[in-house]
Amino acid sequence: MIPELAHFLCVLAFTCATALAIAGFLGASRFQPAWVSAAKQIAYAQFLFLLCSFVLLDISFLRDDFTVQYIADNSNSLLPWYYKASAMWGDHEGSFLLWTLVMAGWTGAVALRGKSLSYEMHGYVLGVLGLINVAFLLFLLSASNPFLRAFPLETTVGADLNAILQDYGHLVHPPFLYLGYVGFSVAFAYAAAALLTGRIDAAWARWSRPWTNTAWALLTVGIALGSWWAYYELGWGGWWFWDPVENASFMPWLAGTALIHSLAVTEKRGAFKSWTVLLALLTFTLCLVGAFLVRSGVLTSVHAFAIDPERGLFLAVIVTLVACLSLSLYAFRANRLRSRISYGGVSRELLLLANNVLLTLALAVIFLYTLYPLFYEWITGGERVSLGPPYFNRAFVPLMTMLAACLALVPIARWKRTPMELFRPSLYMLGGAFALGLLIPLIYSGALHLGVTLCVSVALWVVSTHVADFYRSRRSLTLSFVGMSVAHIGFAVTVIGVTITSGFSISQDLRLSVGDEVQVGDRTYLFEDLRIVHGPNYVAHQAQFAVGDIRLLPERRQYTTRNAVTTEAGIRPGFTNDLLVSLGEPVGDESWAVRIQEKPLIRWIWLGAFLAAVAGVLAILDVRYRRLRLRENVLASDS
Amino acid sequence: MQQNLEFFYAPDRVVNGEAPTEKPIRAGGMVVAGSIQRSEHDLSVRFELSDNKGSSFPVIYEGLLPNLFVEGQGAIVSGTLGSDGLFYADQVLAKHDENYMPPELADLHIPE
Repeated sequence: MIPELAHFLCVLAFTCATALAIAGFLGASRFQPAWVSAAKQIAYAQFLFLLCSFVLLDISFLRDDFTVQYIADNSNSLLPWYYKASAMWGDHEGSFLLWTLVMAGWTGAVALRGKSLSYEMHGYVLGVLGLINVAFLLFLLSASNPFLRAFPLETTVGADLNAILQDYGHLVHPPFLYLGYVGFSVAFAYAAAALLTGRIDAAWARWSRPWTNTAWALLTVGIALGSWWAYYELGWGGWWFWDPVENASFMPWLAGTALIHSLAVTEKRGAFKSWTVLLALLTFTLCLVGAFLVRSGVLTSVHAFAIDPERGLFLAVIVTLVACLSLSLYAFRANRLRSRISYGGVSRELLLLANNVLLTLALAVIFLYTLYPLFYEWITGGERVSLGPPYFNRAFVPLMTMLAACLALVPIARWKRTPMELFRPSLYMLGGAFALGLLIPLIYSGALHLGVTLCVSVALWVVSTHVADFYRSRRSLTLSFVGMSVAHIGFAVTVIGVTITSGFSISQDLRLSVGDEVQVGDRTYLFEDLRIVHGPNYVAHQAQFAVGDIRLLPERRQYTTRNAVTTEAGIRPGFTNDLLVSLGEPVGDESWAVRIQEKPLIRWIWLGAFLAAVAGVLAILDVRYRRLRLRENVLASDS
Repeated sequence: MQQNLEFFYAPDRVVNGEAPTEKPIRAGGMVVAGSIQRSEHDLSVRFELSDNKGSSFPVIYEGLLPNLFVEGQGAIVSGTLGSDGLFYADQVLAKHDENYMPPELADLHIPE
């Protein structure tokens, strides 16, 4: 009964979405405030129905109800309860249910928080969100239904969750990623509503910014968690592969980053209006493109994810519709948006323009490189090609270094025009940063390394100008200023982490038996012991390595149900250096293939991302948004 | 970009000499059962990749193999083809779960 009830609630949510789209659009276009109020109630109902549907299906997971096909395919009675619960989003159908739930959540939040919007604007925003919900739920119910029963009954224990997904990372990474992805639908809806009403002003940008920042912060955390998870769970010490699945999440992030900056200009200076709107439309479209690339299996990936080419077609239709409709709307209406402002020399406007140009270029490069093999295959009729990470790095790293250089000037630049003498102190800082940057490769490797010096000194320059500015304006700090500074410093921290890890990691593949001692880098690793350990649903070989007082315990797990093997790296995490030992396959004579690695500053990569995400949230707590909320409450109590 | 591309070659094209030598390429097929030979001293390994339709080529690799590298299952190698007919791989990719087939290999319609 429970799965049927869940299924029924999901259908109810679909009718809500349809009603929401109609009430929102008609209410806004026919000037019927009552319809817009009704739309809000419908949005709450939709969220409630989907939440109940989701929880009920998850209860079926916990109860091992293998009469449901999706549960039979993706869960197992031996799994610990928390992996049963997260097995819910371990494959295509369930992860899409999570996606629609998140979407309904955002829609509900928009309904709740829109009191000071004009009902016209609010109606259009809710209508657009409703329409997107209709598409997603239609897809879920018709092509990707997780509620269906299994006939005939195939299993009494379940086929098990993909072994790689039986991990803490799977509990947190997909939800955050979806919260971010789908969150950009709000920015998208605001932009579409702005085009429909023809009103884009500072108030519009001020409304859009907190939503966009939140989505951006969540996506940042989602991507960082994914990178961290890949690092320890794929077991071989890689943290970014320029894999299509990663690029699919990174492209909306780049567009979203450009968007939050462009929104700043639109709010403060009334400029970049039509570009901001286009970016907002583009960011969410890229989220959908990402979902399509990831789920359709058109590209080869190293990561685990759900693939189904037929469903890919359905998603392709949704993506195409969204892209065509929003771009046509833009083409017909964007000429109403005019920005007339002037700025000269080095100004904040110019830096923000540079930011947008560089981010868009980076986005274009990644988009082309990711899709190039696909286009090539189509054109040549089946010739398969691939582009490796070096090609991505060659284009991406210079762009990011230029971006960082622009960032360093941000604290000095003023709106409109900046007096040149203000820049002088920052040049001294650049000198200092460069000297430090020269020193750092010497410390790590005893040799000069110009590439590292360049990246590190630019990043240090960013930190120094921001810290100096922070100190200078310590008596008049606003939260949005703090947020901006912390986010920029976070970016610099990530750049330093990436540079040092890429430049000075040590990795050796070795053939070792128990008792062997090897020297890797400055440390000696002793293979002390090898034993067999039993988990709830796996048997593992666990090796014990000693490095001084530290014990590292890498495992090679054999999951019994699916007969899958996973490598659990033995990691000693550290602020300045990670030690990592992975146990490969047995290679005969009781010897094992072992990879020993040192990864300096790798934690900084994720630390920087988390700093930036926290900063994104700080910025939306700023007093001017709180004032907005106060006014909202006053308005609400008046009416 | 053209010279940066790594082309993918099926086993029959490698065997027929259609694949260039001494240039980074990719190739793939099924790991032939019983073909995996390991060195007794280091991590060198030699194995054959086949399309199960009569064409197969030998691969030389040194390093850790992916977890799902198993006899009878698909694998993709990237590296260079030597003029001696051996494929010198610097990377070996296997599928990441038991149900997944890389598109390159799915294209080959390899019989079981």
